[in-house]
Amino acid sequence: MLSKAAGGRPAKPSFVSYVSPEEIHIREPAGKEVNPYLLPGELLLCEASTVFKYVQEDGSNRGTYGKLVCTNFKVAFLGYESASDDNEPQFKNKVIGESDITLHCIDQIYGVYDEKKKSLYGQLKKYPEKLIIYSKDFRVFHFCLRCTKEEEVKRIVSGIVHHSQTPKLLKRLFLFSYASAAPNSPDAKNRTVMFDTFKDWHEELERTKGNVKYEVVSVNEGYRVSEKLPLYFVVPKSFLKSVTESILVHQGRGIPIWCWSCHNGAALLKMSAFPKEQDDSALQMPKLLDGIYKTIHAPPYEVLKMDDLSSSLPSLQDIQTAYTRFKQLFLIDNSIHFWDTDVKWFSLLESTNWLEIIRRCLKKSVEVVEQLERQTTNVLLIEENASDLCCVISSLVQVMMDSYCRTKFGFQSLIQKEWVIGGHSFLDRCNHLRKSDKEEAPVFLLFLDCVWQLVQQYPPAFEFTETYLTVLSDSLYIPIFSTFFFNSQHQKDTIVSGESHNAQSSPFRLLTVWDWSVQFEPKAQALLNNPLYAEKPKPDKSQRKTTRFKHHRQLSLPLTQTKSSPKRGFFREETDHLIKNILGKRISKLINSSEELHSNFREFYDSWHCKPVDFHGLLLPHIEGPEIKVWTQRYLRWIPEAQLLGGGTVAIATKFLDVMEEVQKLQKQMDEEHSQTAPEDADAVPTLRNSARLSSLFPFALLQRHSLKPVLPTSTWKDLEDEEDLAKRDDEFVELSGAD
Amino acid sequence: KLAQMEEAPLYPGESIKVIAKDVMYICPFMGAISGTLTVTDYRLYIKSIERDPPFVLDVPLGVISRVEKIVAQSHGDNSFGIEIVCKDMRNLRLAYKQEEQSRLEIFENLITRAFPVSNGLPLFAFSYKEKFPVNGWQVYDPMAEYKRQGLPNESWKISRINSTFELCDTYPAILVVPTSVKDDDLSKVAAFRTKGRVPVLSWIHPESQATITRCSQPLVEPNDKHCSEDEKYLQTIMDANAQSHMLIIFDARQNSVAVTNKVKGGGCENKSSYPNVELVFLDIHNINVMRESLRKLKEIVYPTIDEDRWLANIDSTHWLEYIKMLLTGAVRIADKIESGKTSVVVHCGDGWDRTAQLTSLAMLMLDSYYRTIKGFEILIEKEWISFGHQFAVRVGHGDDDHADAERSPIFLQFIDCVWQMTRQFPAAFEFNELFLVTILDHLYSCLFGTFLFNCEQERVKQISTKTVSLWSYVNSQLDDFTNPFYVNYEHHVLYPVASLNYLELWVNYYVRWNPRMRPQVRQSWGLMPLLLVPSLLLTCAHWGFASGNLVLDPSPESPASTGPHALSA
Repeated sequence: MLSKAAGGRPAKPSFVSYVSPEEIHIREPAGKEVNPYLLPGELLLCEASTVFKYVQEDGSNRGTYGKLVCTNFKVAFLGYESASDDNEPQFKNKVIGESDITLHCIDQIYGVYDEKKKSLYGQLKKYPEKLIIYSKDFRVFHFCLRCTKEEEVKRIVSGIVHHSQTPKLLKRLFLFSYASAAPNSPDAKNRTVMFDTFKDWHEELERTKGNVKYEVVSVNEGYRVSEKLPLYFVVPKSFLKSVTESILVHQGRGIPIWCWSCHNGAALLKMSAFPKEQDDSALQMPKLLDGIYKTIHAPPYEVLKMDDLSSSLPSLQDIQTAYTRFKQLFLIDNSIHFWDTDVKWFSLLESTNWLEIIRRCLKKSVEVVEQLERQTTNVLLIEENASDLCCVISSLVQVMMDSYCRTKFGFQSLIQKEWVIGGHSFLDRCNHLRKSDKEEAPVFLLFLDCVWQLVQQYPPAFEFTETYLTVLSDSLYIPIFSTFFFNSQHQKDTIVSGESHNAQSSPFRLLTVWDWSVQFEPKAQALLNNPLYAEKPKPDKSQRKTTRFKHHRQLSLPLTQTKSSPKRGFFREETDHLIKNILGKRISKLINSSEELHSNFREFYDSWHCKPVDFHGLLLPHIEGPEIKVWTQRYLRWIPEAQLLGGGTVAIATKFLDVMEEVQKLQKQMDEEHSQTAPEDADAVPTLRNSARLSSLFPFALLQRHSLKPVLPTSTWKDLEDEEDLAKRDDEFVELSGAD
Repeated sequence: KLAQMEEAPLYPGESIKVIAKDVMYICPFMGAISGTLTVTDYRLYIKSIERDPPFVLDVPLGVISRVEKIVAQSHGDNSFGIEIVCKDMRNLRLAYKQEEQSRLEIFENLITRAFPVSNGLPLFAFSYKEKFPVNGWQVYDPMAEYKRQGLPNESWKISRINSTFELCDTYPAILVVPTSVKDDDLSKVAAFRTKGRVPVLSWIHPESQATITRCSQPLVEPNDKHCSEDEKYLQTIMDANAQSHMLIIFDARQNSVAVTNKVKGGGCENKSSYPNVELVFLDIHNINVMRESLRKLKEIVYPTIDEDRWLANIDSTHWLEYIKMLLTGAVRIADKIESGKTSVVVHCGDGWDRTAQLTSLAMLMLDSYYRTIKGFEILIEKEWISFGHQFAVRVGHGDDDHADAERSPIFLQFIDCVWQMTRQFPAAFEFNELFLVTILDHLYSCLFGTFLFNCEQERVKQISTKTVSLWSYVNSQLDDFTNPFYVNYEHHVLYPVASLNYLELWVNYYVRWNPRMRPQVRQSWGLMPLLLVPSLLLTCAHWGFASGNLVLDPSPESPASTGPHALSA
């Protein structure tokens, strides 16, 4: 039945060699020199020829010969015989080719010695016959070096190991060589708010109507107060006036920094805790707290709840451990490995704890949402540096509550606000400089995975697709964008101004990842936009909403007031907690007893889920076990066994795009009929023809499967200890009582 | 007056047996709810207008597996209780006052009406008098279906040897067998196969002529008996396909089980007697293992889910592993047919459980026709109903022996596999999730005649005149069951990936009673209106309306609209 489909796709015998490397006579590239494509500022460091790259597909010896090179930016494999043009992937990254791995993207390097796999690091005494590279975007490369000259093997292996694993100076990042060599392109117009100016913050305050009680301060201009804090940030009004001196003493610690304001006026704030050992700081506390009280607590009906994230969420160490285990499940050497993993799948997945950590982050975010939304309470998130789990929770809360953060530009602005300017230590957390494993933790990936859970639960609520999230996660390791390669705004500004002085030339401009045209052609960029996104309803609808909201507000205010009637006393109690907390005596149960908290949460969560979903309103994730899933596209995308031809959500998207196209065509026809003027061109929709032939892992499945044969488990069964009795029981001769 | 407002709605032909006021339903999610209980000959119905919106529990008696009296302490006066264990993954608890005179009446009526067969009463399907505009009994016409497959042809003929069910009492009257086989030989083959279930054709590849044939195990016995007619018969099946000089027998069981079966008279084909035959064991476990697995699954999903141990719990049920084994087996069969162009014979023991699962799944992968609503109905009618899957025994319709070891969720498992395929290929099936849930609901409900009885012989006498077909209901409102994203992948073989990475628990079926896991129309995401736009526009264009301000309103649809016959909580 498949004859048509099978015949339609010519085999490409030149591309794939079916003989094992031992049998082949090494053909020198017939006069054709293969040269790597180098970016501006990219330098070739070492290379090796006649390297054999295996096709990962089936663990057989199929593959292709080529040159392996290592530059100051990437490791790349260049096949002697280039793939034919019709094999050009539809979704191509302009910076990173399909056989390129940036040095920052290399996760683990293994050498194979006499069929044994050994991790490669440091000075090598013996050189392997096979090189295996696992990348952080889950590709696995197998290179055979048997036909390569010994000299070249030594150079390339030690080169790759050295350049990808030894500690680097920040100034040696490829970022800077690229920026000084690349032509100064005019600043691309980008609607993403960068939050590096006073104006950006001011507008954000106005957008969220937080400007009633909060204001932007420029006290940190020139980083006078703190190198950790951004140049501009938002605090409660008049807060600074009362406590300026203490800010300077504590280098910006203990300042409640505004993240976002809810429609009902409740605000989400974050604060870095004082270091535990600084006991003398306690003396400053009453004053400081008084300041917080006066400002945030000023209107009589408001209360402030504090949440110490370091006691209520897993530690960075836990997150790192979980992810290290988790990612290993998807770094698959071959088909046998895949099916062996599959047999023990659920217990392996359980033992990583990664999904549980995601669940806990989502749950915590829903708790915070409940306090903001239903209790109209300000929430202050506290963490050591206020730049790890604070970023995760505050961003998730905003994604759930603010539909603007679910648009592409809104989401990008959110990442700028909370993560990039907010001071998440990308450099340390990603260990980009390979300086220390201790600081490494995939906090940002955790956030993206949490957002993915929301995206897969409510696709129409997001303007971007899961593909967008996947390429965003890949961009963490591309050192031509400054976005994810600094620990703070201060660090970036310092080094950039320093470099500019050295260079003597015009100040160079670092690229931001939000300029997607650097990585993708418009056609490929279209795949980042969600065709199923439900556009914001017409204004008349929102009108209705606001009136209803006003009514709601009138109702809720007196209620909250009575609840917190002993205002002063209530606050005092809180102060106690805060002091204790700051002194380092960790208190896990803040304010509410945990039971009360739990029941509030449950009620809120359940009642929300009883109502139909408004894709532009509050969005709460399902957090029950079965609803938290593995981000298939990111983790399985390069595994050939995991491809579904004609399946996956891409099949739905295709159908949808077809319909869209049809609508546009018809509309155009009708327009033409009624007005004789030529209609303007409709928006281009990406064409995904013939969804039956598309892989579910589209657009990533570039390891084309060569056959239409199904994948079959190679190992399928584990013993049934407990059910052996039943299995032995005879069911073959059923007595049909009453049936005959 | 109150009782009037809390009265049960009735289907044509349904009659009330008992009504009791102030009965308490102890809901595991909403707490105790007091309302009026009605027991009819079809349903158990509780309505409470105390709540807003009014609470309704509407349970077809057919889903009841067991009814037990319990003593409930903590509900004041309502100290007498009933616990009802259901086949559809839930348990119900009722409590009522001790002095209430109707106490006994409730219990007695429930027992009698829930288990009519054990009490010598007819199933409700025989009283149901609803009229539908289409007649579902006409959906499946074996002659038409075989004709669609290009049969008869020069190698295969339509045989009426079983028209009186003498050759095999669990097979349908119309069979497709090799042209050259004589009736006498067929009888000898029948004598060599368990319950006379001879190899007959289920599906033929339109191009390669490779076939799927199904049967029961050979009666090899401990002394390795053989039957030359059977050997010749399989040779004929192989010869009917000129593309291959091989025949592959898929034995759904484990090798060891098949061999032990010899002691009991069964066994598997002996390689020495069947040249050019390859015997493949698919290692699928028996009905007892599956029943136990579903019992464990119910424990971990009802009434609540232990969130912290979810993955470990789901692992411990092995349910998804069994699904994986079934899909793997079916993919192997489909692959042999499609890529190997080789005919296959599929059997297990009796050839009506695992065999039906495997052949129907393989056919679903190979033939896009079965992925339409009508095609899927035909697939069920053919591979399951007509070929004698023991629905009455496996489900236990109207029977009070809840511990019967012959009950097993074999058909449920099949539907679960289909659901897994629809998840993997969301645009390849014309039907939606509600269609599959509806089929399962009426597997138990005994409202329709479709899944009653064990085989065609039992069914033929009365069923189509005295009961209504499930397909009459379904085909009268196809819109409810249609997948808006359907694309006809004609001539495309679908190979699902049988990896636990992709298999997931069917939450909208197994966990649907939990209000936290409300079924959402995830697949259509409220996009139905948008998908209707092209046809609307066409209409507009036809009438010459201006289209300048056409507004697409993709507002969310309300969660799964459930139709009049759906079961509600």
